[in-house]
Amino acid sequence: MSSTATTVAQSAPEPVSAGAGTSTTEAPGPVSAPENGGAGSAPGTPGPATDYADYRVVPARHPWRWVGTAVVGLGVLGIAWSLATNPRWEWGVVAQWFTAKSIVDGLLETLKLTAISGALGFVLGFVLALMRLSASPLLLSVSWTFSWIFRSTPLLVQMLLWYNLGYLYEKISLGLPFTDVRFFEVQTTTLISQFAAAVLGLTLNQAAYSAEIIRGGILSVDQGQLEAAAALGIPAWRRSTRIVLPQAMRAILPTAFNEIIGLVKGTSIVYVLAYSELFYTVQVIYNRTQQVLPLLLVATLWYVVITSVLSVFQYYIERHYSRGAVRSLPLTPLQKARKFLSTHATDTRAKGLR
Amino acid sequence: MSTATQETTRGLVEITKVRKSFGAVEVLKGVSLTVEPGGVAVIVGPSGSGKSTLLRTINHLEKVDGGFIAIDGALVGYGIRGRRLHELREKEILKQRTEIGMVFQNFNLFPHLTALENVAEAPVVAPRAGKPRLSKAAARERGLELLDRVGLKDRAGAYPRQLSGGQQQRVAIARALALDPKILLFDEPTSALDPELVNEVLDVIRELAKSSTTLVIVTHEMGFARDVADTVVFMDQGRIVEQGTPQAIFTNPQEERTRSFFSKVIEPAFNI
Ligand SMILES: Nc1ncnc2c1ncn2[C@@H]1O[C@H](COP(=O)(O)OP(=O)(O)O)[C@@H](O)[C@H]1O
Ligand SMILES: [Mg+2]
Repeated sequence: MSSTATTVAQSAPEPVSAGAGTSTTEAPGPVSAPENGGAGSAPGTPGPATDYADYRVVPARHPWRWVGTAVVGLGVLGIAWSLATNPRWEWGVVAQWFTAKSIVDGLLETLKLTAISGALGFVLGFVLALMRLSASPLLLSVSWTFSWIFRSTPLLVQMLLWYNLGYLYEKISLGLPFTDVRFFEVQTTTLISQFAAAVLGLTLNQAAYSAEIIRGGILSVDQGQLEAAAALGIPAWRRSTRIVLPQAMRAILPTAFNEIIGLVKGTSIVYVLAYSELFYTVQVIYNRTQQVLPLLLVATLWYVVITSVLSVFQYYIERHYSRGAVRSLPLTPLQKARKFLSTHATDTRAKGLR
Repeated sequence: MSTATQETTRGLVEITKVRKSFGAVEVLKGVSLTVEPGGVAVIVGPSGSGKSTLLRTINHLEKVDGGFIAIDGALVGYGIRGRRLHELREKEILKQRTEIGMVFQNFNLFPHLTALENVAEAPVVAPRAGKPRLSKAAARERGLELLDRVGLKDRAGAYPRQLSGGQQQRVAIARALALDPKILLFDEPTSALDPELVNEVLDVIRELAKSSTTLVIVTHEMGFARDVADTVVFMDQGRIVEQGTPQAIFTNPQEERTRSFFSKVIEPAFNI
């Protein structure tokens, strides 16, 4: 008897898997994996093509990211707490002066100086960059010398030199050289006001730096672009402005905005001319009231505001010039927020339905 | 100058004993070639033999060091006054170039402009001989027409990077056609393309070969060359070694260098 039993057992179908006991059919045909509940499936059995459509995706976990976030968050919280509770920051004084008329006037002067010397500096810088790239050795060396001089002297010295030009040259005149013919003559001191000295100093210095930035941007554009434009008969000026410059902008903009942001704070150097821009105004006030730190904080906060506004401009301008450089433009933060909100909303709704 | 002569000789290219050196290296060593109006010349030859340089001298992207090139009897890059050759001013050179379209190996589309803007740019700003510049609206309309002709009307608003290589090259061809050139130059127009995209570009050029525009084409596509060429020119080391009908050059080359070049580039199936 026992022998027959063993033979029966031996002749039983080989796959002695979990399902073998219950299955009555011996046909090894459709041994579908899901039947086994996944857990105890025989190793090495090549599963047939499965459709994973109804599987749930479990996002990867990043525990260390959470730890890092917590540490940084605690730090930020600590700093914020101390800023808010330490009475020596004198937030009341800050608030009182933040929008005071003298401060706002100083702020406007700062903005005026930045806008004028920034704009003039970049226009002059563009011309210098073109000179530097021209075939004429004279233009090239004039441009090179300009950048060399203005980049190698301290801005402070330049500024004081311009302001004291009247000491070096009492009168400025326009006429024929080496003759007595004069079309026009003025006292230098009436021509070079504090404002003129400030703009002159900042502009020329800015031009020297922007020339290099713009030159670098122009060089980053593929030579083939100019060639294609020339082959189409597009005139030289149009080639520069319509074909090369817009493409150069992508390389120019990040550095240019760095420069402009630097210039905003750089204007504070004109306090040496007793020119009442933001920083000088603040100094005048704290010398009178002795509230040094809160007033410096007022100036600082305004610089932060200006820089933040400029950063937003930078983002959108860079985005504008990246047309065509990327296959599809990334979403703006606003668009992202809107998308997040809408998907988030539908998500909760879906969960609510369950 | 008169319209009558323009119509009878539209797009005659005469290259006479042209020499060109880069530094000490002589790249073109006295090249002479005539392409009849409406003709199709295909230039073949090993890499570095001076094919691109020759093509670029035709629209004065390269200045020649010796010899001369004439389009319909007018010298390229020079004006004749008395017995002197005066270098033309920039504007005159641009005018000459508008009569000669060029298509590059790397397309050289303007990446920051859409397909349509690429095509419609030059007609608005380029100075043209005897023709007014187009208005923006007219240039756009003409641009759409040309994009339609190369089968890309529906991609008019796409930027070059959003197009496949073959589509980009077709836009580049439309751009070159926008100024109604008498002559079109193609410098290896399909060499930068994936094999399956080559034909869509060659088909467009085949259509152009049937028109009255003169074509000068540098290519390594020998089957295509045999189909479209009136004249096949074989260049090597800065010289034209041999030229003739496709039949003559491909099936019965006279020069040893031509034969050895073809034995390397043409797959056996092509050899009859
Ligand atoms: N701008 C240049 N400066 C120096 N050498 C060049 C320049 N352009 C081409 N050459 C040289 O001239 C030769 C011919 O080049 P090219 O006309 O491009 O040949 P092909 O198009 O037949 O491959 C090559 O040796 C190349 O290196
Ligand atoms: Mg080449």
